[in-house]
Amino acid sequence: MASVAASSPLAVPVTRLEYRNVTMRFADRSGRGALTAIRNVSFSIRDGEVVSLIGPSGCGKSTLLNIGSGLTAPSEGAAFVDGERVAGPNAQVAFMLQKDLLLPWRTILENVMFGVEIQGVPLAERRQRAQRLLSSFNLAEFSGHYPHHLSGGMRQRVALARTLAVDPHVLLLDEPFSAVDAQTRMVLQRDLARTLKQAGKTALLITHDLSEAVTLSDRVLVMSQRPGTVIDEIVIDLPQRDDPIARRHLPKVNDYVERLMDRLDIVHAGLEQPAGGAP
Amino acid sequence: MSSDARSAAMRKGTLASVSLLVIFLAAWQWGPDLLGIPTFIVPPLSMVAREFVHAWQFDHLLFHTAVTVGEVLAGFILGSLLGAVIGYLLGMSPTAEFALSPYILALQIAPKVAFAPLFILWMGFTVYPKILVAILIVFFPVMVNVLTAVRGVDPDLINLARSFKATRAQIFWKVEFPTSMPPMFAGLRIGSTLAVVGVVVGELVGGNQGLGYLLSFGEGQADTPMVFVSIVMLTLVGGIAYLGVIIAERHVLHYLPTRSDGQNL
Repeated sequence: MASVAASSPLAVPVTRLEYRNVTMRFADRSGRGALTAIRNVSFSIRDGEVVSLIGPSGCGKSTLLNIGSGLTAPSEGAAFVDGERVAGPNAQVAFMLQKDLLLPWRTILENVMFGVEIQGVPLAERRQRAQRLLSSFNLAEFSGHYPHHLSGGMRQRVALARTLAVDPHVLLLDEPFSAVDAQTRMVLQRDLARTLKQAGKTALLITHDLSEAVTLSDRVLVMSQRPGTVIDEIVIDLPQRDDPIARRHLPKVNDYVERLMDRLDIVHAGLEQPAGGAP
Repeated sequence: MSSDARSAAMRKGTLASVSLLVIFLAAWQWGPDLLGIPTFIVPPLSMVAREFVHAWQFDHLLFHTAVTVGEVLAGFILGSLLGAVIGYLLGMSPTAEFALSPYILALQIAPKVAFAPLFILWMGFTVYPKILVAILIVFFPVMVNVLTAVRGVDPDLINLARSFKATRAQIFWKVEFPTSMPPMFAGLRIGSTLAVVGVVVGELVGGNQGLGYLLSFGEGQADTPMVFVSIVMLTLVGGIAYLGVIIAERHVLHYLPTRSDGQNL
């Protein structure tokens, strides 16, 4: 089981992120009843592991991510980071969304420094960290530019640099590349995969792109329709987690994608939805 | 649009603008005479220019202008500050906004200039009632724009700051305040011209200083050229105030992509 991520087989696997019996209810539209978005979700992610979360729209994936980052408190159960119960935002976790959320009045360098600036890291150090990250993403020459000068893919890379600048243990990624074009996405996926591997970061990645889930992750968790719960866990037993473009060529990738399609019942769901696209 | 095409369009536009001015001034100078309009109804340009020199020399035109400028500045600055502060406070407290919105709306609907006589009753023929009218009239566009801007900040942006453990003050100074700058400047632009309106109405209603006073004095004397001089000076004051806001805006919002359309207004 530990054959994939066991870069240091002697180390005891440390659980970085854990969800324990997490249930989330929201007040429904009338305000009287409650809508269960997530029901009894439990899973854990080891140090250095990359886990993808897939599932139908509205199954509560993003809510799980908010709970993990401490922005939302669950109705029942709890999330734990490094064994500590998440009671609010904490420095060990950083998130990145589909939107780059760059601040238009800040230069690229200042945007990368946004998180560390809030956390009170001294100016000289945060500047150094930001410059190092921008160099590693080949964006050093743009550090003095404003976000509107950059393409969508570059902006998303800046957002990733901002996320990494706070040096979190755990990265929560909510469809980070779904707004960029296909080619750029592949490059960004490769950059992310390399960075995660080199820095040994732990990540939870929400995605709708099944091949993205397979090529980037050590494990894929499948969630059900609402009330969302984890219905399956598929270990991706493939080499080269740090190079999704190379991984994409492995024949087994298609087998995994097919398995995920089966688990998500995509063919069936397509027939069920009356408004569902092409016949 | 390429930069060549844009600069060509700008050249053409400038040419048309200048031509229009020349045509307007010429029509002002010779039009009334051609149409048989008496000079006490529409004095020609040359007569107004002579009146300007006369007023400068004998009627303390500079002094009256300075008084109006001072009132406009005071009213504009205080009104904007008040509008911004209240806008931020209401923007951050939905409860306060809910509780106060009917009263704010009522005050916004009430014609602010109608308060001028009341303020003069309270404060006499001083500069204060004029400044107060200007404050009241400038307050609303600034407050409404700031309020809407604070309310419209992307919640994900606030969550991002929160995820870095930002304090409430940090969220305000690093996210909400800068986000509100472009709409606030839109409010300040409107406010800068409204400040002149507020002050003039105050001066028309009572007192013996300022361009509004000169205006009503000219009216009382049936001195049409003096009325024209006052109007021109008031337009100038408003124009300079507006220009000041534009310059400040360009400076503060330098990071915004330059728009080729409508950036002249």
